[in-house]
Amino acid sequence: MKRTSQGYWAITWRQFRKRQLPMRGLVLVVLLGLVALLAPLLANNRPLIMRYQGTYYFPVFREHPRFRNVDFDELAATFEKGDFAVFPPVPYTPTQYDLTEHLQEPSKKHLLGTDDRGRDVLSRMIYGTRISLSVGFVAVGIYIAIGTVLGAIAGYYAGKVDMIISRFIEIMICFPTFFLIIAVIAFLPPSIYNIMIVIGITGWTRVARLVRGEFFRLKGQDFVTSARGLGATHFGIIFRHVLRNALGPVFVSATFGVAGAILTESALSFLGFGVPPPTPSWGDILSQSRQYIEFAWWLTVFPGAAIFLTITAYNLVGEGLRDAIDPRLRQ
Amino acid sequence: MRVYIARRLLLAVPTLLGITAITFVIIQLAPGSPAAMAVRLGGEGVRSDAIAQEIVEQTKKLYGLDKPIPVQYVLWLKRLVTFDFGTSYKDQRNVLEKIAERLPVSLQLSLTSIFLVYLIAIPIGVYSSTHQHSLSDNVITVSLFILYSLPNFWVATLFIMFLGGGDFLNVFPIYGLVSDNYAQLTFWAKVGDRLWHLVLPITCLTYGGLASISRFGRVGMLEAIRQDYVRTARAKGLSEKVVIFKHAFRNSIIPIVTLLATLLPAMLGGSVIIESIFSIPGMGQLAFESILSRDYPVIMGITTISALLTLIGILLADVCYALVDPRISLE
Repeated sequence: MKRTSQGYWAITWRQFRKRQLPMRGLVLVVLLGLVALLAPLLANNRPLIMRYQGTYYFPVFREHPRFRNVDFDELAATFEKGDFAVFPPVPYTPTQYDLTEHLQEPSKKHLLGTDDRGRDVLSRMIYGTRISLSVGFVAVGIYIAIGTVLGAIAGYYAGKVDMIISRFIEIMICFPTFFLIIAVIAFLPPSIYNIMIVIGITGWTRVARLVRGEFFRLKGQDFVTSARGLGATHFGIIFRHVLRNALGPVFVSATFGVAGAILTESALSFLGFGVPPPTPSWGDILSQSRQYIEFAWWLTVFPGAAIFLTITAYNLVGEGLRDAIDPRLRQ
Repeated sequence: MRVYIARRLLLAVPTLLGITAITFVIIQLAPGSPAAMAVRLGGEGVRSDAIAQEIVEQTKKLYGLDKPIPVQYVLWLKRLVTFDFGTSYKDQRNVLEKIAERLPVSLQLSLTSIFLVYLIAIPIGVYSSTHQHSLSDNVITVSLFILYSLPNFWVATLFIMFLGGGDFLNVFPIYGLVSDNYAQLTFWAKVGDRLWHLVLPITCLTYGGLASISRFGRVGMLEAIRQDYVRTARAKGLSEKVVIFKHAFRNSIIPIVTLLATLLPAMLGGSVIIESIFSIPGMGQLAFESILSRDYPVIMGITTISALLTLIGILLADVCYALVDPRISLE
């Protein structure tokens, strides 16, 4: 039997799988991703599947002109024999309000209670997952891109270029970053894209320093010399040969970065600079809870726990990944 | 050493220029100028556009906002040389005076919590490294991990909800630094009252740093324990206590010292949220208010001073590094 040697990522995965806690973190990360992707199927006031007067409908997936302004709950009351409707597990949309039901404690009807407009907290939290994760991924994507390019250039060319970039990194590090983010966000019109961009352009220093260090370490090695001998361009050497060998630590940093960006987004929403209403976000529910802090514990406990669990999950995965790519810890 | 410090201070000048220039440009480019705010604040019912326009122009002239941004920046720098940060748009008071009033409050919070972080984290780090893989080590590692992922604004809100009155327990005050009857208290009652007010905010600021410092402490100790000089110390029959505390510990604290520098700006950022949640009149709250009211001179003042503090923190850490480790030379 022919046995090929395992690649870098296969070894990393094998190492990662051995540890229990990071694996649980990964499961949670996948679950959260699914919740974000499937949000409309999990929380919606339209039935997933419905049989009405002999025809089958899928109102969640396709809007039927016939039911445009129909309240499906009322429709269900008029069902004839053989008709049925299967509603999503949380039969409310995140923006659907009912003032007669405002600030209700968790109950069978609203599993995690309602907010001050009578909106279902669970439904808002399910959709909030989308905001948190998309801010996390896009912001980190932006700063990984900036950090990798600047770090690679600084580390590869060294000398004057490195001095200028390093100075720039030092300036960014000395910034009171969170203060800067609030300052910028407070001035810009509220939008989720602004938050992503601002977190993205303030967060790249760690990645840049990391990549720069890796380039300093790698660029003197034989494979770089041989690539140069074979006539590779600077661009090819940087991005095809050296960067590929420096990607491990970048991924670790990115995983922790997602946790950090989610935390920053929720802190911004908590201070009232988050996504504009009525878009649901975890930090926004938490910030609402401050008005009813004497009694509305469900508005504080649940969204905060969601933020906490998400951050923990990503940090666990980051931790596991860091150990998995560390050759000293390999057995 | 003296030459080194002087050179570092000189290098800090361009960094500081960079930081202030970036902040200046960002806040000037952002929509919502103080002139527009003045119109809104003046609001006596409906004004005609012409009058509003006139007020905007007047306000701009008053604050020098009619000049191009580079000119404004140079003017600002000119005044900075004499430590003149200008006067606040909001209450016409001297910015430096306003900051000087708030800084002690914030330093009181952040220095206390940095002190507590080190006081608690170092023994924890040493303990869990000398008991590696034991049950208690695992428990400590997991609980520190959880603390690290807990968003402090959530914890603060939970504290206020469950310990600060309302429908639940009423153990701690949740507003400000002192009680209403502070002036009438005896000296010791004053001290007690102040400490009582500080418990919750300081807890919120401390626990996160605790987790990261003791994790670093643990890793540092684990590396030190594996070194040859520790084996030698054991081999020549030194007691375990001497081996751990004299030989291993002293070498492991060096990297932790440098973390001090990274804690300071993080604390300043964190205090923006914590100070506004607990209504503590510190720099963080001032920063927050000045952003909301577009008080440019105050925003610039705070950015400059906190960047300066950070630069000093980094320099101090490097100097301490050289002081505790004779192998490192700064010349």
